[in-house]
Amino acid sequence: MADASPPTSPDAATEIAAAFVLPAARLADLVTALRMEGYAVHGPMVRDAAIVLGPLADAVALPHGWTTRQSPGGYRLERRTDAAVFGFTHGADSWKKLLHPPRVRLWSAERQGADFVVHEDAPAPAKLALFGVRGCDLRAIAAQDKVLLHGPYPDAEYAARRAEAFIVAADCAEPSGTCFCVSMGTGPSARAGFDLALAELDPHGDAHRFLVRIGSPRGGAVAAQLDLAPAAGADIAAAAALADIAAANMGRAMDKDAARALLPAQRESAHWQDVAQRCLTCANCTMVCPTCFCTTVEDTSDLSGDIAERWRQWDSCFTFEFSHVVGATVRESASARYRHWITHKLSAWYEQFGESGCVGCGRCITWCPVGIDITAEVAALQDLSQRDPR
Amino acid sequence: MSALPTRLAPVPLRVLATTPETADSTTLVLESGAIQPGAPGQFNMLYPFGLGEAAISISADDAAARRLVHTVRGVGPVSAAIAALRPGDVLGVRGPFGVGWPMRQARGRTIVLVAGGIGLAPLRPVIHAVLRERAAYGRLLVFYGARTPRERLFVPELAGWEASADLEFVTTVDSGDANWGGHVGFVTALLAQARFDPARTIAMTCGPEIMMRAVANHLRERGMAAEDIHVSMERNMKCAAGLCGHCQFGPLFICKDGPVFPYGRIAELMTVREI
Repeated sequence: MADASPPTSPDAATEIAAAFVLPAARLADLVTALRMEGYAVHGPMVRDAAIVLGPLADAVALPHGWTTRQSPGGYRLERRTDAAVFGFTHGADSWKKLLHPPRVRLWSAERQGADFVVHEDAPAPAKLALFGVRGCDLRAIAAQDKVLLHGPYPDAEYAARRAEAFIVAADCAEPSGTCFCVSMGTGPSARAGFDLALAELDPHGDAHRFLVRIGSPRGGAVAAQLDLAPAAGADIAAAAALADIAAANMGRAMDKDAARALLPAQRESAHWQDVAQRCLTCANCTMVCPTCFCTTVEDTSDLSGDIAERWRQWDSCFTFEFSHVVGATVRESASARYRHWITHKLSAWYEQFGESGCVGCGRCITWCPVGIDITAEVAALQDLSQRDPR
Repeated sequence: MSALPTRLAPVPLRVLATTPETADSTTLVLESGAIQPGAPGQFNMLYPFGLGEAAISISADDAAARRLVHTVRGVGPVSAAIAALRPGDVLGVRGPFGVGWPMRQARGRTIVLVAGGIGLAPLRPVIHAVLRERAAYGRLLVFYGARTPRERLFVPELAGWEASADLEFVTTVDSGDANWGGHVGFVTALLAQARFDPARTIAMTCGPEIMMRAVANHLRERGMAAEDIHVSMERNMKCAAGLCGHCQFGPLFICKDGPVFPYGRIAELMTVREI
């Protein structure tokens, strides 16, 4: 079905301009082709009993035959009975660690007599290929684009990394127990914002293969190097059927439109005290969230006091210092900090950036040490508001 | 070097003059160098070498002289280091940032300014702008509240304002001293005695949030529209460019949506504790 129709616009989500088939044994060729193009390929791999994102030397490093079982506060790596490469759902890592690095030096300054000079750091050269980006994470990247690229002052470091980044998406066939991308309209299939998208078919036997969709001219050029056979209509239908099954097997659900209106209306709810009884304000949710973008800066100087540097690093609205102003911290209580985070994510984000700040990836649920579940907190607030309408 | 304007690196600028204002506050006059003169109500991020940054509003309208003027109260290590600078020292500056006071909307109208403590600093450029183009504006009423007479800023200039026919300037203190013959009490009490036509007035206030709310609520009760009352907010700031997330106030970023807001936009948020 590889017709000659022009490339679809990113918003024409379900249209497939061209689809090809890549046999599983040739997945290595795709990694190699990207490396030959000069990309540092990063993708999922097993390390320390979890699936993390790291530099991929070859396709062997991918998590062949692994899956994960996830629940609120729970994560288990398990063997599969097949050889699926993308038969897991994401771990704590998200692609933001590559596009919006956890720690970056912004500039250094040097004293020269009574004066000083500032040397601004140019963004580090990075030509990254992100291998195996799920639908939810594609939308998370788009969300960070709005914050870091499309505001009045675009972030140079992010812009440099983002402009070069080659994205290989991977459709989800088996969501985890904490996934709710369908509720948020972000998955389980890759719809837009990729160069190539893979859908894994028949991982059980010799017919193990990937349906390859082209999302950009750059993606098309890489695919062309692989000299792939066009996909049969049956393969396209099989990928769509897997997506339907995945969509029907979400671990969780959330009413995002209700959440948007509910959270500002429930600012004074007693439920925030209930959450605060459980929340450790550990900041895990914000570190694993693929859209959380907050940073702080650290000013350092050497022992002589003549060289100073400014470093930027990820920060969290769950820390006590985050909202410090002269003499006081605005959000002193855990209840206020949780309320700020969830209200920003699910409601204020619309006013700031025109969409929800949540992509339904479920990381904050899995990696919360006490298993606080963003979907359950919204549901609890909904229940309370229906019992006691304001 | 990136082609994008990051505005994340400071420009070193020389301190030309310093004036001690109070025991812990100083006014600095800096060369402006590559930094654009800000509008009244905007702020710059000030960087004393090696120590960190503080968001400090512009405290004089001195663009014609190509000078930057900031008045700093030394309360933390960074602001104390800035307040301790001497002429000839160098200070890092980036900015100007933010949305300032609505000077265009103020033209032709009565202007009521209400300042509390260091809050007079961001309002002083408004006074300068009005006095420089006096005929373009209506009456100018300024209400200034300080804790004690010794904590008043710009004391020599205040005397000139009190004597001037171009504005109606009045000060009150929370507690006077042996030499104080002026008003004692809340700034809102003075405001309540003032006569002006609410329909033809624009108000701007800067000071502690509790004071700004009292002022705004009083003006609302007198019939002023919420969109004619403007308040200047303060929150933790790291980048000043809408990237770091620290200054969020409900859905607003104080750094790029403010710091000056029409009261109607934030009145409800100002009532929420720990927001």
